[in-house]
Amino acid sequence: MTLLELSGVGFAANDHAILQDVNLTVEADDYLTITGPSGGGKSTLLKLIATMISPTAGTIRYEGKDLETYDPIMYRREVSYCFQQPTLFGTDVLENLSFPALIRGKEFDRNRAMELMDYVKLQPDMLNHPVNELSGGERQRVALIRNLMYLPKLLLLDEISTGLDSENKAIVWSLIDRLKADSGVTLISVTHDEREIADAKNLARVENGHLEVVR
Amino acid sequence: MNLAVTNLSLTLVMGLVLIALWIGWHEQLGVDKDIIIGVIRAVIQLTVVGYVLKYVFRIDNLLLTLVLMLIIVFNAADNARKRSKGFEGAFWISFIAILTSTFVVLSVLVLSGSIKMTPSQIVPISGMVASNSMVAIGLCYRNMYAMFRDQRQQVLERLALGADIKNASRGILRETIRTGMSPTIDSSKTVGLVSLPGMMSGLIIAGVDPVKAIKYQIMVTFMLLATTSLASFIACYLAYKKYYNSRMQLIDLNGK
Repeated sequence: MTLLELSGVGFAANDHAILQDVNLTVEADDYLTITGPSGGGKSTLLKLIATMISPTAGTIRYEGKDLETYDPIMYRREVSYCFQQPTLFGTDVLENLSFPALIRGKEFDRNRAMELMDYVKLQPDMLNHPVNELSGGERQRVALIRNLMYLPKLLLLDEISTGLDSENKAIVWSLIDRLKADSGVTLISVTHDEREIADAKNLARVENGHLEVVR
Repeated sequence: MNLAVTNLSLTLVMGLVLIALWIGWHEQLGVDKDIIIGVIRAVIQLTVVGYVLKYVFRIDNLLLTLVLMLIIVFNAADNARKRSKGFEGAFWISFIAILTSTFVVLSVLVLSGSIKMTPSQIVPISGMVASNSMVAIGLCYRNMYAMFRDQRQQVLERLALGADIKNASRGILRETIRTGMSPTIDSSKTVGLVSLPGMMSGLIIAGVDPVKAIKYQIMVTFMLLATTSLASFIACYLAYKKYYNSRMQLIDLNGK
C-alpha cells in the first residue's frame, strides 16, 4: 500500500528554489534512506513531509489524500518528525516525555516511558533529571523516545546520529532496528552515515534540489 | 484650592528641560531633537486637552463623553500597535484589549460607587486605564516577538509532536502575560514607599487630606492590576495566533 506520494513537489523561499520537481513514492513498511550533500534540500524535504512547511509546487499525498486537506495536528501525530539537533523543552525529562500525552488529553503512560528509556539505556531515575544536565547523546535519545511515546505510522529522522559518538549511535540504531522489526513503522531517514547508506535497501539522493532514486 | 502654577512659573520651570538637553548634548545621546519635539508636543497636546476637557465637563453629555473615551482608546491602541513588529491586525487586537479592560474596570468602579458617571471622573480614569493597558500590551508584543524568535526550535518541536498552536505557545503566552503585568505588580508593592503616584499626589497637592487621598490610590492600584492583567491576557491570546499560518506552521520571522 502506498503511504506517501510526492508528485512534482517544489519548495522556494525568497525566489530561491530549494527543491524542484521531486517525485517519490513510499510504501507502508518501507525504510527509505535519503542522502546527499549538505544544503542540497534533504532537511527541507523532510520538513515538507512533516507539514512544518508547505510545498510551493506540486502535491504530497498521504494515504491517497492531499496533505493540504489533512488536519495538521492529527497528521503530525501519525507522521512524527525527529529534528536534527533536537531541543528538549521545560525543566526535566518527564516534562518532555509526558508532553505527547498532555496534548492528547491523556494520562502519562509511565510504563511506556520506562520501556522506551530502557531500550535507549537511560536509567529510570533519569525521568526527573533536569534537561540542562544531560549530555548531547542523552538529549538525542530523550528526543527520539519523545517521538515514540505514541507509535507513529511514519517516522521521519533528520540526521539523528550526526554528532553522536559510536556508543550513542549504536544505542539509537538498535532502537530503530527494534522499531522496524516489532512494530512495522515506516521510516524515512536522512543521513550522512556511511554504514547506514551502505546497508540501505531503499536509497535516494538529494542534490541541488533534485531527488534521484538510487535503489 | 492651593494650586499656584501660573504661566510665569511654568515658563521658569521650563528651565528644567535644559538639564535634559544638556545631558543629551554632553553625552552625545542624539536625543536633543526628540526632547524638543516631546516638549512642544506635550505643551500643545495638553493645552488642547485642557480646553477640550473644560468643554466636555461643562456640557456634561454622555454621548460626548463616550466619544472622548473612544478617542483615548483609539490612540492607545494605535500606539500599542507600533510595538507589534507589524503583525497583521495588531491595531484591532490592541483596540479590543484596551476597550474591554477600560469597559470592565470602569463598570466596576461606577457600579461600586467609587466614581460617578460624570465626565470629570470618567474621562481621566479612562485615560489612566487606557494608557496602562497600552504600556502593558506594548511590553507583551515586544516580549512575544523576542520569545517566538529565540524559542523557535522549541515551538517547532512541540508542533512536530502534534501540539495545537496553543499548546505549542503555552510557555511563551505565560511568560508574555507575566511581562505585561509585572510592572504593575512591582509598583503595587512599592507604592507609597518609593513613589507617591500621580492620582494621590494630585489630590494632596490640590489640598485633599492624605488619608482620603490614599483611598483613591488604593482604588487606582486595584484598578491597574485588573487593567494590565486583562489587557495583557486578551492581547496575548489574540496575538500569538498571528505567528502561525492557517496550516499551523510557525511563520518565518526573518526580515520582520
